[in-house]
Amino acid sequence: MIALLARDLRLAMRAGGGFGLGLAFFLLVAVLVPLGVGPEGAVLAKIAPGILWVAALLACLLSLDRIFALDFEDGSLDLLATAPIPLEGVVAIKALAHWLVTGLPLTLAAPVLGLLLNLPVAGYGWLVLSLAFGTPALSVIGAFGAALTVGLKRGGLLLSLLVLPLYVPTLIFGAEVVKRGAQGLEATTPLLLMTGITLGSLALLPFAAALVIRINLR
Amino acid sequence: MSLWEYANPKKFMQTSAIALPWVMGAALILMCAGLFWGFFLTPDDYKQGATVKIIYLHVPAAMLAINAWFMMLVASLIWLVRRHHVSALAAKAAAPIGVTFTLISLVTGAIWGQPMWGTWWAWDPRLTAFLILFLFYLGYLALWEAIDDPDTAADLTSVLCIVGSVFAVLSRYAVNFWNQGLHQGASLSLDEKENVADVFWFPLLVCIAGFGLFFVAMVLLRTRTEVRARRLSALLARERQA
Repeated sequence: MIALLARDLRLAMRAGGGFGLGLAFFLLVAVLVPLGVGPEGAVLAKIAPGILWVAALLACLLSLDRIFALDFEDGSLDLLATAPIPLEGVVAIKALAHWLVTGLPLTLAAPVLGLLLNLPVAGYGWLVLSLAFGTPALSVIGAFGAALTVGLKRGGLLLSLLVLPLYVPTLIFGAEVVKRGAQGLEATTPLLLMTGITLGSLALLPFAAALVIRINLR
Repeated sequence: MSLWEYANPKKFMQTSAIALPWVMGAALILMCAGLFWGFFLTPDDYKQGATVKIIYLHVPAAMLAINAWFMMLVASLIWLVRRHHVSALAAKAAAPIGVTFTLISLVTGAIWGQPMWGTWWAWDPRLTAFLILFLFYLGYLALWEAIDDPDTAADLTSVLCIVGSVFAVLSRYAVNFWNQGLHQGASLSLDEKENVADVFWFPLLVCIAGFGLFFVAMVLLRTRTEVRARRLSALLARERQA
């Protein structure tokens, strides 16, 4: 499993685009929003939590179809499905690899972009915390969506249509954490609820995704 | 004699052929009666005036939008566990009806909201949850459309329906947390003290029954169409092989 993780990470780094693309997209959204809504600090501070979370979510979405599509095309997914390690574990590892190359860099880069968007100082800790606990859910839900559409020729658009509604609870709680944190309010309740969703997704969705991959490989 | 006999397509087609005209007839009678009673024979509300009559479309449509998804969930589970094709086809047949009811309740809600709340749309928890339900329906329908092999499509959409149900419920409570609403709370419950007045309540019940039967009739009709389409494609495939 560690070998698989290392392989996926190497592929993501060397295949170009995988690693930096999500991050660059995240940066671009954070730059474009002030250009669109105007430079007033008060307005930006008010919408910064939501913008940062939506941008993180879209940046995650960007690289989802790579999770299984390339392996499906060259046949290594069939080998993985018949390999001695359980397919559920393969899915979990691939989601982890996806999180390491998108979710984690996004989490680390988020404070800098918070600065660009004039996020109040009290919000930074909550921003990093909420992204750290929330983005794993985005990756594993995305892995489920990617598994659903793996056999399709043009699955990209369909993938977003399927995955984005599933992101709603995480987005709501995640953005709520940052909003409350930025206003200096108590933010542990939404943080705990969001972490609950993350843990539930991590525990159950690999099984659903593995089931779906078996159906697709039939 | 068990319920599972109707999983046999032949038995299902025979029984539904007999049941369909009766269900459809009863649905049309109840809908006409309920809507006529509601629109013309009930007084205007003292606060809302005549706009209150939108309730006879809005409430049944909204109830069915949720119950259609629930029916799809049950049918998907039956398909995954017992592999009855009629069940998968019934789930497929119910989805477009469900999405239509969702749209009807959103649109009638907007038309009702404009004079009452002064706005077509508000990010109220109930409204938002319905919009999200609408998106779930769209994803489900798109997945059915995208996959050619009918059994694969049935499997994948079933799994999506189950996972989607969990996330739809999560979203429902998440939006509750996220914003307080304009929409009133439940006022049709049997055990609540404050409910809709009886003058509006009885015609509404008739409407709900009529819409419910109409939904059943439409699902039967569309499932029969799907069964026939499946038979046709099987015949064509056999002909090509011969």
